[in-house]
Amino acid sequence: MDTPLLTVKNVKTYYPVKTGFMNLQTSYVRAVDDVSFEIYEGETLGLVGESGCGKSTLGRTIIGLEPLTDGEILFDGKPMNFRTDRVSLSKQIQIVFQDPYSSLNPRLTIGDLLAEPLTVHNIVPRNEIQQEVTRLLQLVGLSETAKARYPHEFSGGQRQRIGIARALALRPRLIICDEPVSALDVSIQAQIMNLFKQLQRELGLTYLFIAHGLGAVKYISDRIAVMYAGKIVEMGTAEQIFKNPQHEYTKKLLGAYPIPDPTKRSILTQQ
Amino acid sequence: MESLLSVKHVTTAFDTEHGKVISTSDVSFDVKHGETLAIVGESGSGKSVTALSIMRLLGKNGHVEEGEILLNGIDLAQVSDHEMQKLRGNDVSMIFQEPMTALNPVLTIGYQLVEAIRLHIPLEKKAAKKLAIEMLDKVGIPQAERVIKQFPFALSGGMRQRVMIAMALVCKPKLLIADEPTTALDVTVQAQIIRLLHSLCQEYGTAVMLITHDLGVVAEMADRVVVMYAGQVVETTDVYTLFEQPLHPYTVGLLNSIPSMDFDNKELQAIPGSIPANYNQLPGCRFANRCPLATEHCKTNKPELTDTGSGHLTRCFEWRQLQQGGNA
Repeated sequence: MDTPLLTVKNVKTYYPVKTGFMNLQTSYVRAVDDVSFEIYEGETLGLVGESGCGKSTLGRTIIGLEPLTDGEILFDGKPMNFRTDRVSLSKQIQIVFQDPYSSLNPRLTIGDLLAEPLTVHNIVPRNEIQQEVTRLLQLVGLSETAKARYPHEFSGGQRQRIGIARALALRPRLIICDEPVSALDVSIQAQIMNLFKQLQRELGLTYLFIAHGLGAVKYISDRIAVMYAGKIVEMGTAEQIFKNPQHEYTKKLLGAYPIPDPTKRSILTQQ
Repeated sequence: MESLLSVKHVTTAFDTEHGKVISTSDVSFDVKHGETLAIVGESGSGKSVTALSIMRLLGKNGHVEEGEILLNGIDLAQVSDHEMQKLRGNDVSMIFQEPMTALNPVLTIGYQLVEAIRLHIPLEKKAAKKLAIEMLDKVGIPQAERVIKQFPFALSGGMRQRVMIAMALVCKPKLLIADEPTTALDVTVQAQIIRLLHSLCQEYGTAVMLITHDLGVVAEMADRVVVMYAGQVVETTDVYTLFEQPLHPYTVGLLNSIPSMDFDNKELQAIPGSIPANYNQLPGCRFANRCPLATEHCKTNKPELTDTGSGHLTRCFEWRQLQQGGNA
């Protein structure tokens, strides 16, 4: 079997709780508590859970934005160390955030926003940067005219496309998608989901797709992990999770989802 | 049956520094006694502005430009501010999407509930407090006696929304406007709130005007549905017909773009493009630039809301194609 692209082994992210006299540390918040999984090249792992279950913290820990309390994260079989390899790792792993309104610098034009990572990491020679920016914009379905405009001139869906273009600029192998469609309208969500799928086909990307809705995750994931209170309670292929959920919490989550069909009112009939 | 609320050809406008901006135009629908009417649409479609027009909460620079909003025969667009204050809470009340911002963070739950009760019902403080506790019990808040002494931050999102529901329903209004009541909540909590709203409103005979963008919630709760797009009503029908035989291409697109919960792995069909920014100035149909059925006629002529038979209204020239093609 191949080496997994990403291996997460017994990862824990704890935050100390300090209270009372002299700010003594009394306990921990166990945001991520002993989580392990693997993602293979070209695969999409969906990570589902409700707010506060630690799914975003896990995503941020993998990309080095939160400190790792305990455990090990391997990328391409090698242990990751953000202190020494930040530059080379950030070329391999990128993140797309939930809120396209706050994740783009409002003072930079789209052209500058996309050129910045290219310059910092020397991805293309200086004289080819403009060409590369155009290519990135076209990749996510925007036109070249976007270059001179500022983030506020774009709608939510368009901004999320810009966020994706920026993540793609460094030609990463793994993209962590932290609820990338939650803030968007239904019809726009479908556009962005289709874009993620198309990019995966074209560029052979690997995704860790974090979401609170099972609908979106089912559509894009090969495998799904369900997270509850810092732990993964169930993991399996998308088909297994939807057709034959094993854990009580997964069943509850599936049952709570309103079905868009008035002839099958499940929520009002069940107690 | 006589309608409880009748919104007739309402156009709402805002005064801005760039002049007058029309937000919604020619919005018409009815809410009957005790029914649940869902208003569906994406952000910017004008569904919240419609609700705020009914509540007269548009703010200083917003006003109803044309049309009438009849609640039990009284035109809410015409009554004085003082009279409107009496109607709010007693006859019509509203709950909001963000239960954190809707509650005052520096006052206890009990203080806020008692204040609302005593404004509408002539009760002594003690009796009002008793009613507040009863009401919190009713919306399923455990240990209500303890909770009324707490501040909003001590409660979870679901609990806060329950407090809002308690406050909105304490005077047993005839109409409850619920503006995205479950959007900010987790799915399991959303299911609880849906159940709660349904059972309470049935008990009190309160009609609900449910504003949402989630067609799953619509299918679960609504009796009839109004679909809005770019400030206009584009389709109105009962909930079963809407999901079985939608007669507006926007509704069809909306239904196709939700991932189903059965495992079937079919491709999502997105609606291409986005709402045009200048939709008020368009000579033709506002959906024409995204519509798969659009013809030259659609781009130059404004469609009217037409009855396709048995009260199913659609704002589309080409609806017969959808009827013949089935659920396209």
